[in-house]
Amino acid sequence: MDFLGILNSTVGFVIDPVTIAFSLAALGLAVHFGFAGLLNMGMAGFMALGAYGYAIGILTFGLPWYIAAFLGPLAAIVFALILGIPTLRLRGDYLAIVTIAAAEIMRLLFLTSTFGPITGSADGLSGHNSGSFWADNPLPEGQYDFGPFRGTELDWWVRIVGFLILCVAVAIVWLLVNSPWGRVLKGIREDEDAVRSLGKNVFAYKMQALIIGGVLGALGGLVLAMGQNVNPNQYVTSITFYIWTALLLGGAATVFGPLAGAVIFWVIQAFIGLLMPALAAEGLLLGLSSIQAAQIKFILVGIALVLIVVFRPQGIFGNKKELTFVK
Amino acid sequence: MVKDGITSHVQQPGDPMKMPKSRISQWIRTVLVSIIACTGLSLFASPASADSANADLPYSISGTVSESGAPLEGVKITVTGPSMAVPTEVLTAVDGSWSIGVPEKNSDYEVKLDTETLPAGSSIVDDPDTTAVESSSMSVRVGPGGRVALNFFLGDVERATTSLLDQLLSRIINGVNFGLMLALASIGLSLIYGTTGISNFAHAEMVTFGALASLIFVQLGAPLWIALIGAVALSAFFGWGMDAALWAPLRRRNTGLVQLMIVSIGLSLAVRYTYQLIIGGGTEQLPGADSPKLQLFGSISLSWIDIASMVISVFLLAVFAWWLLRTRIGKATRAISDNPSLAAASGINVDAVVRVVWIVGSALAGFSGILWAFFRPGIRWDMGGQILLLMFAATTLGGLGTAWGALIGSIIVGILVETSTLVIPSDLKYVGALVILIVILLFRPQGIMGRKERVG
Repeated sequence: MDFLGILNSTVGFVIDPVTIAFSLAALGLAVHFGFAGLLNMGMAGFMALGAYGYAIGILTFGLPWYIAAFLGPLAAIVFALILGIPTLRLRGDYLAIVTIAAAEIMRLLFLTSTFGPITGSADGLSGHNSGSFWADNPLPEGQYDFGPFRGTELDWWVRIVGFLILCVAVAIVWLLVNSPWGRVLKGIREDEDAVRSLGKNVFAYKMQALIIGGVLGALGGLVLAMGQNVNPNQYVTSITFYIWTALLLGGAATVFGPLAGAVIFWVIQAFIGLLMPALAAEGLLLGLSSIQAAQIKFILVGIALVLIVVFRPQGIFGNKKELTFVK
Repeated sequence: MVKDGITSHVQQPGDPMKMPKSRISQWIRTVLVSIIACTGLSLFASPASADSANADLPYSISGTVSESGAPLEGVKITVTGPSMAVPTEVLTAVDGSWSIGVPEKNSDYEVKLDTETLPAGSSIVDDPDTTAVESSSMSVRVGPGGRVALNFFLGDVERATTSLLDQLLSRIINGVNFGLMLALASIGLSLIYGTTGISNFAHAEMVTFGALASLIFVQLGAPLWIALIGAVALSAFFGWGMDAALWAPLRRRNTGLVQLMIVSIGLSLAVRYTYQLIIGGGTEQLPGADSPKLQLFGSISLSWIDIASMVISVFLLAVFAWWLLRTRIGKATRAISDNPSLAAASGINVDAVVRVVWIVGSALAGFSGILWAFFRPGIRWDMGGQILLLMFAATTLGGLGTAWGALIGSIIVGILVETSTLVIPSDLKYVGALVILIVILLFRPQGIMGRKERVG
């Protein structure tokens, strides 16, 4: 078993576009749940909008990539408005059920063959990056390896763009949550009625938080689409649950917790995903096949989610005083 | 799927929300043109004996032409497209197969079946159950995989004339069947919500559990009826076990509702992938899943499994109603749903009643899973997850926490899902139910049967 090789590939995941995309989505969820107390279970839908908006903008409308990139976030704003208007006045679990249903509706709409010519149906979309996005890559052609971080000029271009988006997003979120606006939001999370009695429009604040978090989720989908093909199977409900796991792991009511959570989540996920099949191939896993062994990581994600929520609900970096599970 | 003339409908990879196509079956034997675009690993790709044209081109569109399951030879297929200079024609081989190479992927092509070359009496008919088919001419997109399979299924002309009313009636019956099955599962979900406040995402896994347990009994050699009873008993035990091992300790810790919901999500993930670890990613069948259809009246036909499924569902629901309305523990359950603190203060042992609710809910969900295995048909590791959102839609529609609301909501959702395919493409049939879920929250958030209270 090539343990060093596994370790090496695992470390490479720290700056993988997938990790960056999940960091963005987890940050969006932190705005939703950590700061505003909104139970958004439909992050996959927001991500799908970001990814499909980008790919459809390029493939169908022929836009340059930097303009197509705005389509997803715009769609996410509309999506958030549609979700928020019926549910934000209701109890939290209604929002959870509605968002999970809405995300599933989005996925089914992207999957159906009715819109196949635009969405690519079950095949998804590909080739959206090979046009203007790759053409605008300033890096000279070649293979760039820095220890475990390897990749061609195209891989690095995706990472750089993704990382820039992430930095801007983190800065904005940090400024927002430390502003008076952020304090009102935290107030709503702790006691909605108290904030309402101070004359604040709670509904408007919640809606703003839903939109901002949703746009961050769409940006996550955008980064994901820059690195690979777009496929409806990527945006299943499980993805939302993984983002929740990453968020709760790092700490919901923090800005850097979700980022750390996403990195830890993906690194551990990648490590187990590589280690288990390798162990199975050596016959060390009670006769499980490599395919079965690769599934163990999903079981462990579920167990980890239960354990975090029960035993350390504030997450690794969270503050016990700022528990978001107040209700 | 062979039984209803759709010779081999392949589920598109990663399409977990796919519904059984075969339920409505015999009367739609007329069917049928079906498009199966499955790229890459296509089962239909490159049949060796196919009559092919442009075989030197890198990508291809291929398929078969058959009538009522029998292949048709010598049917002319023409493919045109923007990337092709001239239309390419091919005649189908003895086994009905054909294949035409195309120059570009990610491009659209028009595939035309020349009806002049068909045997007399054959006709291509709209299949209400398949997705993207209009006529003898269809457009198809060759995706990134570079290969597309496109199969023409033909039927007799006279059988195509099922009236809209008959179709509607048949779908409503089917919808009631689906709705009753859904009700068995959602009642448990709603009761658990009512007594404990948990939005139990792991309920889907309790549904799958029943089907899996029955499969294991059958594979051990038990007759079907023993397998079913055993599976329901095991499901009840599973409910007891989950409550004893997980939910009761969490109740004692006074864990918050949001935390409990996320715990149920984690549990759902862990259990679901454990199922996949055990039975793999394939689909297994229970005996009797392919039982023949009985012609009832008009064009309505049901298999004995369908009829038994409905009868048993109604019977179980009646027993459940008696339990909830007449027995002491049923009354206690309703009292706790109404007001847990008051119930506890008046001497009801809340913990014990909640335990019973978990057992009953799990047993009902398990049985519903068995019915779902026949309805789909097939047993898969994620089969419960496919109807989880429909269960939530049904309970929300009827009123979260109310047993009768869940029943009514389920039947409405069942009928809605089945009849909506008359209007919308069948791969969007769940969308209707989910949209209703969102709309109902706009106008009546407490649901049909729910009490009006301030829910915000």
